Amino acid sequence: MKAVTGMTESEKYESFMKRIEDGDKIEMDDWMPDEYRTVLIKLISMHGISEIMGALPEKEWVPKAPGLGRKLGIMAKVQDEMGHGQLLLRVTEDLMKPLGRNRADIMDDLFEERLKFHNVFHMRTHTWADAGLIGWLVDGAAIITQTNMLGASYGPYARALKRICAEEVFHAQHGESIIMALAEGCTEQREMLQDAIDRWWPSLLMFFGPESKDTTGSSKQDATIKYQIRTKTNEELRQSFLSKYVPRIHSLGLTIPDDTLRFDQETKIWEYRQPDWKKFKQIIGNEGPKSQDRLNLRRAAYKNNAWVREALEA
Amino acid sequence: MEKTESGKFEGLTETDQAYLADLLKQLADDDYLLSFRSSEWLGLAPHIEEDVASASISQDMMGHAAMYYGLLGDIYGRDADDLAHFRGPADRRNSILTEKRNGEGEYLDVPKYDWAYHVVRNLYYNMHKKVKLVALKQSSSTPLRDVAAKAAMELYYHELHWRTWFIQLMNSSDDAKARMAAALEKVNGECADLFHLGKYSEDITRKGYIAPASEMKDSFRKEMEKVFDQTDSVFSFPDDQKENGRLGRHTEDLEHALELMSEVYGSVPYAKW
Ligand SMILES: [Fe+2]
Ligand SMILES: [Fe+2]
Repeated sequence: MKAVTGMTESEKYESFMKRIEDGDKIEMDDWMPDEYRTVLIKLISMHGISEIMGALPEKEWVPKAPGLGRKLGIMAKVQDEMGHGQLLLRVTEDLMKPLGRNRADIMDDLFEERLKFHNVFHMRTHTWADAGLIGWLVDGAAIITQTNMLGASYGPYARALKRICAEEVFHAQHGESIIMALAEGCTEQREMLQDAIDRWWPSLLMFFGPESKDTTGSSKQDATIKYQIRTKTNEELRQSFLSKYVPRIHSLGLTIPDDTLRFDQETKIWEYRQPDWKKFKQIIGNEGPKSQDRLNLRRAAYKNNAWVREALEA
Repeated sequence: MEKTESGKFEGLTETDQAYLADLLKQLADDDYLLSFRSSEWLGLAPHIEEDVASASISQDMMGHAAMYYGLLGDIYGRDADDLAHFRGPADRRNSILTEKRNGEGEYLDVPKYDWAYHVVRNLYYNMHKKVKLVALKQSSSTPLRDVAAKAAMELYYHELHWRTWFIQLMNSSDDAKARMAAALEKVNGECADLFHLGKYSEDITRKGYIAPASEMKDSFRKEMEKVFDQTDSVFSFPDDQKENGRLGRHTEDLEHALELMSEVYGSVPYAKW
């Protein structure tokens, strides 16, 4: 911890910003501007709760996974995601402690819909191909956004991300293996896979968030870049995703439901049809196809198990 | 069912194969079904830490089932996945305790699962499994001994996990005690066939594949009494019950479970997944 006593607020702020610029890591007991703490709490609690809510769509496929190996694979993945949630909520809890808030408040924020989770986890899963696609492309997208924050100025988050990213690589491989089996399979399997891509494509584009706050009215990317929590913008991340996955999708003989999609050789930029950002706002506002069902599942489980938590405290 | 010469079980007569296969079905189907029931709890456990821990346990159980199905596949010359997914209720040899629903409701809707039942069922099952694995480590069949040794290493933590939960809840609030008492009563009505060794029980023990049921039951009773000593309750174990899973006589809950578990695998029978 750096000595900050005897400094004025603005001196503290300047020394804090200098530390960040020097690549120093901020730790949980260090002095930090309120805005920094607020931005971190918002970002990390949303990340953590998304891991936990994200376990639900895949959980739906755990019993149905075709084959013992597939059952084991998806069980391991869901367990990892819950583990990521746990790790991130602990980082959030430490940040919240000075504000007198704890885990129960995080859960309450989720249930009262003050805390949002990622757009992809509001969607319905229809077939086994969706379970594969989530691993391959949603985890693939998550790897891109999370590696972008590996150098985050907040030490505890950067360290958690390092562990999480290592596991996400296995998730993407798990997803890819399911996808490959379907792509190399019979007609029914290939159709199932194409259908999944057609349905998930807009959600995958939305995953990275709007290009700027002009699109949806708010975006936390400016503050996170200012405080060196992340480096690239939403659009830059989406471009990386397209560069990485469009060729792979095509190489499996699959199509992408966007006839305007093209790579401009001169500007080196992918052109694509914008997803419906109005819909995006609705989805993350818990008005997506499965938002309320999944929230209710969580709410009901929490209530149903209240006696256990009380018994543990007795 | 095609029959092929299997490496691991070379030199077995046809009747020996039938005895071993029946025992392997009991072991495999037990873990397969209870792993499924536990995985229905995924994301719904009392807290996130427990979700992570019990997810790991159900994964291990599915791993054990896969090892047993692998051996069964060696005997029959069949694919382990087919044996796990394509056998109907009448051919299943799991105990009733492992197939029963977690409580009211479907896992995809808003289920009302009972954590007390989950804890008690898992303690009984895992303690029974512990005793069985000790016996299997002395089996006259080498492949069974090898698999039991592997499973026992992981089971140590499973049994400890559920025993800890059990003792904690049995000694906590009045509400918890009442719920645990109700769960104990329910489990008592479903666990009588745990140690039953099926239609070939005499041959199975005569061949030395596993210890006699009465011996294992005694060890189980001793272990459970030690656990119950740390609570205000007294251990009891039923002699009999209506259904007997070891003889292929099951409840409706099993059929439903099997349908779910084979839904995708069986949807395109010739497909590779
Ligand atoms: Fe994750
Ligand atoms: Fe993941």
